[in-house]
Amino acid sequence: MKYLHLIWAALFRRKSRTFLTLVSILAAFLLFGMLDATRAAFSSGDSVAGVDRLVTTSRYSIIQSLPASLTTRMEAIPGVASVGHANWFGGVYQDPKNFVLSFAVSDNYLDLYKEIELPADQRKVFENTRTGAIVGAALAKRYGWKVGDKIPLQSTIFPQRNGDKTWPFDIVGIYTPAKGAANGTDQQFLFHYKYFQDANAYRSLGSTVGWYVVKLTSPDQADRVAKAIDALSANSDHETKTQTEQAFNASFAKQLGDIGLIVSAIIGAVFFTLILLTGNTMAQAVRERTSELAVLKTIGFSSGSVLGMVLAEGVLLLVLGGVIGLGLAAVLVPIVAKGSGGMLNLPPIGTQTWVLGIVLMVVIGAVVGALPAIRAMRLNIVDALAGR
Amino acid sequence: MKRFGFGLLMLLVVAVFLGVWIAMPWQGVVLIAVLLVLWMGLTRRGRQTWQVTSVGLATITQRLGSSSVVVVGIAGVVGVLVAMLAMGEGFSETLRATGNDRTAIVLRGGSQAELNSVLDRDSANVVMQAPGVKKSAQGRPIASSELVVVANLPRKGDPSADANVPIRGVGDDVWPLREQVKIVEGRKFQPGMRELIVGKGAKAQFEGLDVGRSIRLAGQTWAIVGTFESHDALESELWGDTQSVASAYRRGSSAQSVTVLLDSPSAFDAFKANLMADPRLKVDVSTTQDYFSKQSEGLTKVLRAVGIVVGIIMAIGAVFGALNTMFAAIQARAREIATLRAIGFRGVPVVVSVMLETMLLALLGGVIGAGIVWIIFNGYSASTLGANFSQVVFRFHVSAALLWTGMKWALAIGFIGGLFPAVRAARLPVTTALREL
Repeated sequence: MKYLHLIWAALFRRKSRTFLTLVSILAAFLLFGMLDATRAAFSSGDSVAGVDRLVTTSRYSIIQSLPASLTTRMEAIPGVASVGHANWFGGVYQDPKNFVLSFAVSDNYLDLYKEIELPADQRKVFENTRTGAIVGAALAKRYGWKVGDKIPLQSTIFPQRNGDKTWPFDIVGIYTPAKGAANGTDQQFLFHYKYFQDANAYRSLGSTVGWYVVKLTSPDQADRVAKAIDALSANSDHETKTQTEQAFNASFAKQLGDIGLIVSAIIGAVFFTLILLTGNTMAQAVRERTSELAVLKTIGFSSGSVLGMVLAEGVLLLVLGGVIGLGLAAVLVPIVAKGSGGMLNLPPIGTQTWVLGIVLMVVIGAVVGALPAIRAMRLNIVDALAGR
Repeated sequence: MKRFGFGLLMLLVVAVFLGVWIAMPWQGVVLIAVLLVLWMGLTRRGRQTWQVTSVGLATITQRLGSSSVVVVGIAGVVGVLVAMLAMGEGFSETLRATGNDRTAIVLRGGSQAELNSVLDRDSANVVMQAPGVKKSAQGRPIASSELVVVANLPRKGDPSADANVPIRGVGDDVWPLREQVKIVEGRKFQPGMRELIVGKGAKAQFEGLDVGRSIRLAGQTWAIVGTFESHDALESELWGDTQSVASAYRRGSSAQSVTVLLDSPSAFDAFKANLMADPRLKVDVSTTQDYFSKQSEGLTKVLRAVGIVVGIIMAIGAVFGALNTMFAAIQARAREIATLRAIGFRGVPVVVSVMLETMLLALLGGVIGAGIVWIIFNGYSASTLGANFSQVVFRFHVSAALLWTGMKWALAIGFIGGLFPAVRAARLPVTTALREL
């Protein structure tokens, strides 16, 4: 620590070069922050809210629905606390482009999803309103909906019995998801399964649900309960597939494409370039200072401390640029998310990203500092002072 | 004040250059290159420039490390940019190729995608019998009433991850309707049997779709009897007979869409007007070209935006890397440049030569970056979730236009990265530089 002043002075010996290098590092870590946010947006896998929930879907295809009669049989399985269900509605608001993530849900759905925090009075109204709907805060903001609004939602799939595809809804509640909720929870539009079932033109199809949500008494029961649920309908024409909510979400995100792979490929290219660039800067800096380093050694600095100082200089350079870059990303990401009008649901830069970022800064700094530092350590004082 | 004004002027030069450069077609760039060569060959000033440049280029080997920063930095920018754009291009091309203006697709009104649509048998018949639909030699309308369902199949290489694969039930007349579809292995499915043919794309992406194997769908076993090729989005699908698929998924006699072959592209307007006016129907009618092009719009836009934003941020990094390298280069050559100035070389040859050197390094970087992407990704097959909630398999397409875009980016980065060092080199006070050790 006592050498910090010396390292700092060495770093800013050539201001323009250090500045140019810092901007490059800044750009690299800005990109790292934004891409990591994108990756996180597509993987809700690290959400902690759903660890005690299972999702049961049709084994053969997501478009096949399951008989509603399974509920009671599933509830009878030991380890199951409660069973809810939901149907995909495929809603659009006013224009086909304005897709709304809308589900027709069972009455106990809100008890299963504790992270959907709806004020008690709004919940009461919701329970007593046939055409009532509750919406996430982000979605409500996107279309300017307020509690008490009557809005028409078109379903791309289900017409009403009179053939009309526009369904009227009353917005009776707006919720903000609790911390730790899966990404996108605040974009949902939830309404009563009963309304959906009664008014649906396809009622003749019988009581069917899109998927079941099963709350477990404890998360470690997951495997056993999942097997037991699937055994209920084995060899029937509606075989089921039960997985944890996290696995379900992860497999869904994977279908969009391997976003993680694309992001890591880009980051890899960026950091490879960065190592080369800053490595070159460091090499230049040390080459120029050969005689200075020799003087340091002459006046008694050990080879080890010279090595440490050059290494520290590399790390300092990276940390300086990297922290500014990540900080910039932390400012920009919410702006981008806002600017996209809810289309791109980027989470803010989290602790995990910061930790990973800082580890990367230190490692890259050490890597680019290593060669020049070793050179500096092995410096022969006599040759260096003589300019050989 | 003077320095500030000068800085402002340089920024203005950069801004104007970028504006002109982005708008410039390739002919313009070729013209500039030809003019430059002529100038260097024919005028005195030009020959001087060439001499200074060749000295710079000859000494690059002494600055290999720092010069490679320019090359690799720009290769990275161009590589990422071209790869992202190639993904978008490949996706939209695949979907665009699926449609044409001679066939029309009819869905229930407001459905947007086939998966959401339902057409009962009567409506489907009305559509097929409508005027404007081409008739076969036997006098039957060339049309296919179709059903798309989605099945879960394991992905190749990652059998634990299920993917949604579209299964299309097609009518008997689908072959003259979709002439691009060719059986490349095995045979066609037989109507009434539980047989499927698989697209080449689907076969490559999902597990267990080889001819002779069988898969479980809706609790029944289906045999795979053939592979087809069509070079478009249909290749992501599995095809069977409409009736068999409908009975397996208990859809009765209803269909989801009807695709018809029109007498001619000009017959579309009348065909559409006719169906829209029919009180028995409530349908959306579009040419398959419109229908499929629209599906690619969203994703292509996103990929373009991401590619360009990432490209710009990386380009900023690369510009500063290039600046660093070139400042160091002119620093190393300060005495030499000052000597040239002292014996009568003017500023222009010095400026042009430094810029030329940077831009040549940039061009090399661009060629390497674009080349690597072309070798690895051209024709690389990937898949994503399409309009029918199921996988669309597409291939990256690194087109000549994209390679050209990459080169333009490389040269632009080289220009900015070279301009400031070049100007500093030319403004170097001769006496100080000569004295410098």
